[in-house]
Amino acid sequence: MTNALVDTSKIPGWGVDADPENDPTYPYRDRSQDDHSGKWERPPLQQSDVEILRSIEHKRQPAVFGTSTPPSGLSGVIRRGAFKYSESHWFHWLMLMGADRINVVEGLVEDLARGKVPNVPAEMGIKSEWEHNKAGLAKKVAVTAAVAGAGYALFRWAKSGGDEEESRERRPRVSAKRETAGSGAEKRESVKIPEPPATTL
Amino acid sequence: MLAADYRGPYRVRAQEKPMPTIEHPRDAIVKVTRSCICGSDLHLYHGMVPDTRVGMTFGHEFCGIVEEVGSAVENLKKGDHVLVPFNIACGQCHFCKQGLFGNCHESNPQATAVGGIFGYSHTAGGYHGGQAEYARVPYADFGPQVIPDWMDPDDAVLLTDVVPTGYQAAEMGGIQKGDTVVVFGAGPVGIMAARCAWLFGAGRVIVIDHIDYRLEFARTYAPAEVYNFRELDDVVLFMKKTTDGLGADVCIEAVGGDAVGNAMQTLFGNKLKLEAGNAIPLHWAINSVKKGGIVSIVGVYGPTGNMIPIGNVVNKGLTLRGNQAAVKRHLPKLIDHVKNGHIDPKALITHRVPLEDISDAYHIFSAKLDNCIKPVLIPNAA
Repeated sequence: MTNALVDTSKIPGWGVDADPENDPTYPYRDRSQDDHSGKWERPPLQQSDVEILRSIEHKRQPAVFGTSTPPSGLSGVIRRGAFKYSESHWFHWLMLMGADRINVVEGLVEDLARGKVPNVPAEMGIKSEWEHNKAGLAKKVAVTAAVAGAGYALFRWAKSGGDEEESRERRPRVSAKRETAGSGAEKRESVKIPEPPATTL
Repeated sequence: MLAADYRGPYRVRAQEKPMPTIEHPRDAIVKVTRSCICGSDLHLYHGMVPDTRVGMTFGHEFCGIVEEVGSAVENLKKGDHVLVPFNIACGQCHFCKQGLFGNCHESNPQATAVGGIFGYSHTAGGYHGGQAEYARVPYADFGPQVIPDWMDPDDAVLLTDVVPTGYQAAEMGGIQKGDTVVVFGAGPVGIMAARCAWLFGAGRVIVIDHIDYRLEFARTYAPAEVYNFRELDDVVLFMKKTTDGLGADVCIEAVGGDAVGNAMQTLFGNKLKLEAGNAIPLHWAINSVKKGGIVSIVGVYGPTGNMIPIGNVVNKGLTLRGNQAAVKRHLPKLIDHVKNGHIDPKALITHRVPLEDISDAYHIFSAKLDNCIKPVLIPNAA
């Protein structure tokens, strides 16, 4: 299979302890069929215009391949990049996993572009959840609502907190303006007084 | 035609897609009559397998009626009812010549570690699968097997993966008469591995899982001793105690990366995906088997890396064996086992679901609702 660098006939004792029964691959590998040539008659080669990414560990393109879902979009760019690394390299797989996640977003965009609004709960099997696990579904809905509510409240808190910070900076300026510009009604109306911070958190 | 369509983790739907065509002289087009959802499909469904692209049709366990054959296919004809092994194998490459049909070198451009598999991401060749009304079957002159007249199609469809994988799990265990065999995982493959362990002469078969209804099924179907690991303080300690402190002769890992049972593995493997799945069953298997014992692995993990106690493999002198089942190699023997009543594959089937309801079928199987062991999709056209 590989070019021998050593002439085994010149090694004293070569093969004297070889034992055909010392084979942990029995019975799922028939080693009698291994001629160590690494050569075989290849099947006819599949012809296709579809872009096929190939592991750089392959010496040549395998004869037959799947043509489903060729690489496309941003995920496709990342996938092409991933295939510059060998299968042994973590980048190869991590980039593919990243591309898979981006591909999900691309799938949503693709659906919408075709005028189809995906029914995500149905795709996730909500009907069967309702049929067989009502308590679990109620729990999921409650948790989702709680997380969404907490997220909204956090958003409101961050927003109001930001306004408060802003107001601390503005108030002295307002005072300064009042001192220098007098107490004219037009000037006072031009100053926006911030809302008090939310206290419901 | 109607076919499954993957839209992202935990999202799959049935939708119209173009009919498959002959793309190679050794192809066939098969009109699907039965198509199972496999436990390893759940790894795809959960987004754990790299290069799983939106729009792919899953499904590597199917049988159907030959609709069309390529110019080089002479052993099949239109109308033959065939079961289609999940491996896409040429039958003539360096590895196929040695019977390693799960490792064909002429069917998967995207990776060298594994051969092509129907509907199992681009990491396994990028083929659409059989959860559809029709499927393209490459190397149809080598892989598909005509279903014997006497065989129920429900038995046949389970011979495409579950039965051969369970059987090979037991075979790779090198089980000798009287051996104690522990199977981690009471899914369809684990249950079948436990059943097949008896065929090799096991003296005691133990199944470990955390889902009671599945353990109950294994207890009666295999039959086996069953234990819920959530009721055990320490799985490995329990195994040692129940085997006179020595450990089991053979441990079979039949779970794969979707396992649960250890918080750290769950965090790194399932949630953060920094490991190629949760490897706690493999960890338990290595530590539960006796010194000099054998660990047989058929659970599916990703291609990166996992945290397992490899030092104990060395210190205990263990033999690790694993592979994708070479379905074609096992079929003659397994067909005989079905005929002789040694195995009853169709008893695993608990749910029959129309293809158009595939979203619910996946969810029921994934969430283990309604005591689901094995769901089978039935296309309307069948």
